[in-house]
Amino acid sequence: MSAVIQTSGLGKAYRRTWALRDCTLAIPAGRVVGLVGPNGAGKTTLLSLAVGLLAPTCGTITVLGERPAAGPAQLARVGFVAQDTSVYARMTVAGHLRLGAWLNPGWDGELARRRIEQLGLDPRQRAGSLSGGQRAQLALTLALAKRPELLLLDEPVASLDPLARREFLRGLMESVAEHGVSVVLSSHLVSDLERVCDYLVVLVASRVRVAGEVSALLASHRRLSGPRRDPATLPAGQQVIEESHTDKQSLLLVRTGEPVHDPAWTVTPVSLEDLVLAYMNPANDIPARRPQLGAVS
Amino acid sequence: MIEFQLDETSGVATYLQLVQQVRQALRMGMLEPGDQLPTAQQVVARLAINPNTVHKAYRELERDGLVRARPGLGTFVTRSPSGTDPATQARFLAELTGWLRSARAAGLGPDDIEAIYRTAFRACFAEGVA
Amino acid sequence: MIRLTWRQFRAQAWVAIAALAAIAITFALTRPSLTHMYSASGLAGCQARNDCGSLAAGFISQVRADAAYPVLYAMGVIVMFLVPAVIGMFWGAPLIARELEDRTYRLAWTQSVTRTRWLAVKLGLLGLAAMAITGLFSLIVTWWASPLDRAATLGSPILSNRMMPALFAGHGLVPLGYAAFAFTLGATTGALTGRTVPAMAVTIVIFAAVQLITPNFVRPYLIPPAHTTVAVSPGDVNWVPAGHGLLITGRAAIPGAWVLSTSGHVYTGPAIQILKTCNNGPTSTPACGRAFASLHAQTLVTYQPASRYWALQWYETGIFLAAALALAGFCFWRIGRHRSGRTRPSSARPPRTASTLRTSPAPPATSGHPGR
Repeated sequence: MSAVIQTSGLGKAYRRTWALRDCTLAIPAGRVVGLVGPNGAGKTTLLSLAVGLLAPTCGTITVLGERPAAGPAQLARVGFVAQDTSVYARMTVAGHLRLGAWLNPGWDGELARRRIEQLGLDPRQRAGSLSGGQRAQLALTLALAKRPELLLLDEPVASLDPLARREFLRGLMESVAEHGVSVVLSSHLVSDLERVCDYLVVLVASRVRVAGEVSALLASHRRLSGPRRDPATLPAGQQVIEESHTDKQSLLLVRTGEPVHDPAWTVTPVSLEDLVLAYMNPANDIPARRPQLGAVS
Repeated sequence: MIEFQLDETSGVATYLQLVQQVRQALRMGMLEPGDQLPTAQQVVARLAINPNTVHKAYRELERDGLVRARPGLGTFVTRSPSGTDPATQARFLAELTGWLRSARAAGLGPDDIEAIYRTAFRACFAEGVA
Repeated sequence: MIRLTWRQFRAQAWVAIAALAAIAITFALTRPSLTHMYSASGLAGCQARNDCGSLAAGFISQVRADAAYPVLYAMGVIVMFLVPAVIGMFWGAPLIARELEDRTYRLAWTQSVTRTRWLAVKLGLLGLAAMAITGLFSLIVTWWASPLDRAATLGSPILSNRMMPALFAGHGLVPLGYAAFAFTLGATTGALTGRTVPAMAVTIVIFAAVQLITPNFVRPYLIPPAHTTVAVSPGDVNWVPAGHGLLITGRAAIPGAWVLSTSGHVYTGPAIQILKTCNNGPTSTPACGRAFASLHAQTLVTYQPASRYWALQWYETGIFLAAALALAGFCFWRIGRHRSGRTRPSSARPPRTASTLRTSPAPPATSGHPGR
C-alpha cells in the first residue's frame, strides 16, 4: 500500500523556535491515523504543512505523491478540518454548501444535503450561531462532500462535550466505512484512541516519539514487573520506555522485538492509552533514533 | 441479527471483543449457520469504531472457519464453534441449571459451588477426557 | 470562484449601488435648470463676441446665489474624494485581512482552488467593479458640473476650473485610477497587517497622503509646464520692497489654465520712488498710474494650459493603474509567502500551566540542520 503522507527530515521553524523537527514518517493509506501529543507539540504545524498552509523550513513532505497544495487537482484530493473549525460566521449553512459546490469540482451535493439533514442542521441558520458540535459537523460535512482521498482533522473534538464528540466520531467512521477515505486525526486526548485509530503517531515537543500500526505497537510493548533491577542490565533488544522503582521492585515499560524469556519478570500487555501516555510523558527519555514500526512497501 | 457491545474498560482489544461476542452468540444459539453478521457500516454506525476493526474481527472469524465473506452480499455464519448443535447445548444447560438449584437448596453458597465446579473441571480435562 | 466572490461581495455592492442611485437622481433632477441658466447666460457664443470673461462671471455668481447649487457642487467634489477612499477602506482592506483575522483562510485555501486563483478572481473582479462604480460616479458628477466647468474654462481664471487640484481629481478619468489604486492599496495593507481595522486606518492615511502629494509634486511635472510672459495689469499687481527697488509680480489671467507659479522682476529707478508712496496700489492716483505704466512690468507665468487637460488625465490615470498593478503583484507574492508561516498556529506556544509537562530535554540533534 502506498503512503498517503511521506515526510523526510521535515522541520518548521518560526524565528528561533522549532515547531516541528526531524519528522520522518510514512503514513500508509486506508488507515485512521491518530496524531497524538500535548498542546504545542507540533500537531497543527504538521497538518498545516500537509495541507499546504505552511511551507517547510527544511526537509520534504509529499501528500498523495505530490507537493501539498500543488494545484487544484491535488487540493481536491485532500480534505481539511481546521482547529476551532473555521467557518464563515455570517454565512449560512446553505451558503457554506454553495461555497463547497462552487469551489470543488468533485462536490457531492447529495451527500452534503443528506448529512445536513441527518444532523438536523437548519440550512438558513448562520454558522456563527451554531453550537461547537454543530460547527464541527458542518466543517466535517464540507470536507467529506468534496470526496477526498485523505482527510486531515486538527483537534476537531477538543472543545466538544462527550456526546458531541461521540457523534462526530460516529459520523467520521461511517464515512470511512462508506468511502474508504484515509484519515489523520490529531488530538491531545488519549481516550477514544483504541476504538478509532489503527495507526499512531506520537508527537512531543516538536519531535516524533513513536509511529506505527497500533497492533504492532501493542504487540511489541510489554509491562515488566519484578525485583528491583537496573534497566541497563536488560538485553539490547529491549528498550526501556518508562521505568519506576521502589526499593524492592521495578516496573518497566519496554519495547522489544522478541518475547521476554527472563523468568524474573512478570510480563503483561500494555493498553494503548498507557502506551501513549508513557511516550507523551516528557520525564521519560526516549532514545532519539528508532526504526519506524509498520513496514510500508 | 447480533448487536455488538463494547467494553472500553476491559483492556481487551476491540476486534477481540467482537470475535468473542460472535463466538459466544454461536455457542448460545443466538447465531445459527446461515445468519448474516452486521455489515461494517452497521457496526460503525452503532459503536463509532474504526471499520478496519470490524474487518479484522471478521477476517479472524473467517480464518477459524466460523464465517464466510461473500463479496457484495455480506458475511455469513458457516458453522458453530463447538461442533455440537444448539439443541444439545440447551439440554446440558437445563441439566446444569437443575443441579445448581438443588445445590442451593441444600445450602451451598456460590463459593462452595464454584470450588466444586473447578475441582471437577480440572480433574475431567486433566485426564484428557473430551 | 466568481460566483462566490459576487456572493460574498453582495452587501458592499448594494451599498455602492444605493449611493450611486441617490447621487444620480439628485443630480439628474437639478441639472436641467443649470443647463437653462447656462444657455440663458449667452456663454455659448461668447468667444466670437469676446465677452466670455464677464458673461462667465455673471453665470457663476448667479449659480452661487442659488441656495442649492453650491451645496450640490461641493457635494460632488466631496463624493469624488470619498468614493475611492471608501473603496480602499471597505472593499480593499477587508479582502485579505478578514480572512487572516478570522482565520477562515484555513477553509478558503483548502478547497480545490489554488491561492493564486482565489486572489486573482477577488482582486480582478472587485477591482474592475471598483473602477466601474467610480467611473459611473465620475460620469454623473462631471456631467452635472460640465456647464460650470465650461464657464470656468472660458471665463475668469480666478474661478476654480477643472485643471485645478480639487476638481482635477474629481472629474474625468482620474478617479478610476484612484479607485484601482486605493483598492489594491487596501488589499496590500490588509495582507501585511492581517487585521481589518488597522488595515483600514493605514489605507486611508496613505491614500490621503498620496492625494496631497500628487497635485503638489507629481502632476505639475507630468508634462513640462509651459511658460509665458504676461503684462502686469494695474488692477492685479503685487509688490514687495527688495533692496532699493520693488519686486513686482502680477496675478496671471489665463482662462482655464492651472497656474503653478508666477515670478516677477525687481524694478528700480525713479518710477519706483513714486510707487513706493502709492500705498493703495498703482491706480490710487493718476501719478501712480503713470509711474506704473512706464515700467511696462511683466511677470513670468508657469502654468499648465487648459488644452492639456486630457493628456494630464491620461498620464495620471496610467500612473495610478500601474501602481495598482504593482500592488496587486505584491499581494500575490505576499499570499504565497504566507506559506512560510507569518501566522503561527494558536497551539504553537506551550501552555504555562502548573502541570508536570515541562519541555523535555532535547535529544542531541543528529542530522537536523536549520535553514534552507
